[in-house]
Amino acid sequence: MTVTQTPPAAAAEVPSASRRRAPSAPGITQLVLRQLTRAGLVAIGVVLVGCAWEAYKHWGPKDGVTILGARVLPRTTDAAMPHLSTIWHAFGKPEVGGTITLGPSKTVADSVVDACLHTLRWAAAGFAIGVAVGFLLALLMDRLTVFERALMPYVVLSQTVPLIALAPLVTKWGQGSKLGSLEWQQWMSVSVIAAYLAFFPVAVGMTRGLKSPTAVHADYFRCSAAGWWKTLIRLKLPASVPYLVPALRLAAAAAVVGTIVAEISTGLGDGIGRLIITYSQQATGDPSRVYDAVIGAAVLGLAAGAAVTVFDLALWRYHRGASSR
Amino acid sequence: MSEPVPPAVELRGVNKTFTVKRGSVDALQDVDLRIERGEFVSLIGPSGCGKSTLLRIIADLLAPTSGDVWVNGKPARRARLDQDYGIAFQQAGLLDWRTVQANVELPLELHGVGRAQRRARAQELLELVGLADFGTHRPPQLSGGMQQRVAIARALAESPALLLMDEPFGALDEMTRERMQNELVRIAGETGAAVVFVTHSIPEAVFLSQRVVVMSPRPGRISEVVEVPLGARTDDTREAPAFYAAITQVREALRGRPVPEAVQVGAAVDAALRDKASGAL
Repeated sequence: MTVTQTPPAAAAEVPSASRRRAPSAPGITQLVLRQLTRAGLVAIGVVLVGCAWEAYKHWGPKDGVTILGARVLPRTTDAAMPHLSTIWHAFGKPEVGGTITLGPSKTVADSVVDACLHTLRWAAAGFAIGVAVGFLLALLMDRLTVFERALMPYVVLSQTVPLIALAPLVTKWGQGSKLGSLEWQQWMSVSVIAAYLAFFPVAVGMTRGLKSPTAVHADYFRCSAAGWWKTLIRLKLPASVPYLVPALRLAAAAAVVGTIVAEISTGLGDGIGRLIITYSQQATGDPSRVYDAVIGAAVLGLAAGAAVTVFDLALWRYHRGASSR
Repeated sequence: MSEPVPPAVELRGVNKTFTVKRGSVDALQDVDLRIERGEFVSLIGPSGCGKSTLLRIIADLLAPTSGDVWVNGKPARRARLDQDYGIAFQQAGLLDWRTVQANVELPLELHGVGRAQRRARAQELLELVGLADFGTHRPPQLSGGMQQRVAIARALAESPALLLMDEPFGALDEMTRERMQNELVRIAGETGAAVVFVTHSIPEAVFLSQRVVVMSPRPGRISEVVEVPLGARTDDTREAPAFYAAITQVREALRGRPVPEAVQVGAAVDAALRDKASGAL
């Protein structure tokens, strides 16, 4: 996922330029078109990668390219790089053994979709928690500068802790604890780990967004005797949308990646992370399945990004932020 | 017997000292000023003379270090909370995600006025500033002058008895500026609001005001108040000999008193004051 929405920070400093650009301030149709164009570009990208894959497999050296003993390009054998058609056909093959077997009619595609849906659910829970926590932290940091100075270093520091180290800890803390009458489930640990990754961009982006209204806007609201709440609802939140949307996009991607990594490191079954491991253990038999699972994970990430885009389009009105002069 | 109507603004012995890195800077010293209801008064002076600071003190965006500030017969803070004044800044400061109409409605919305009433009032105000057809536009689609008119309409939304304006036409080109001045004179006349207008354009101050308050820097204080007896303003006023006479008078008042050597503190403090003053804009 790339961040295409750059906050309109420079707009305030260049009034004449922003005025000239202003009449073409995007309407909803233009924004939808822009997103469709982007989707088209992503599709073209996929096709190009596919072409490169097949081209390298056809013309590349069988043993890959090795420089000073280190292999920099992969082998082109069928085991290392199956044909795209083989990968595609593998989706339709019946599932053999493994951890996910429900019946003889189950295909690899079924398994991948099933696993993706599980992972999606956990990632969504992690995303929700992460966004809520990030949002609250941002509000806190905006309300009191002391909090920003005290909290921000820890917010940044939190992301330097390796996830692999964190996973067993969270699992251990969760075990046996209860949420009200609810027993702690293993998937909750996974969602918490995903939230741990997802909260960061939201906290940072929202903090910047809430601070984005200019001094004139702040003065005006103060002159209008608008309190903290009214200023938040009518000025700060709308102004922070251009900062929030890219933050959410990063958070969605982070939640998916976090969930997959956490699945693997906590040993939680049923998800796509687990499926990737299972298939790679069977890779000697059928290497193309690993790629099927990886494709599933990639589609999941794209779907999460697309969901944020829908949210983004719903808020098109606020795109320019508080850049008025 | 009704009580005597309180003046729009009354300042008594107002001082403002900013604390800077090296010591402190007197931004305002012993300012006394009384502005009657319906009166149009301009504050003029070089950068750093504290005219914006003074306006911000009246608006209760800044607290004076000492002295009394009364707006509509109330302490400044009370007047701000009661919305006794409307305000417009050099930047229009509109909210881009709202339509022009919704921008004008904003103060009414903030103070719980009903939807139908809001809409009617906003329409009325947009007509007053000549933008009746632009209600559904968004601010970025308007020119700078039009945006400033929306800001003025917004400032007038709650029919304040006092309008505070901090160089509202400062960023406009000369033609637009003169047109906006004509509009403002008309609007002030129609609404009967008192106006405190900060500017550094001498002709602008003279054309608009009944009194021009000339300020001098370091420390910021009122050096002279020039009466401008020009009667009703029209485009012809700009050509009238009396207009030029008043301009000369204000210019002389501005040059009048050379800054005494003794008050000239170090260049660093000087720069700090300017920073503070421009930051306060």
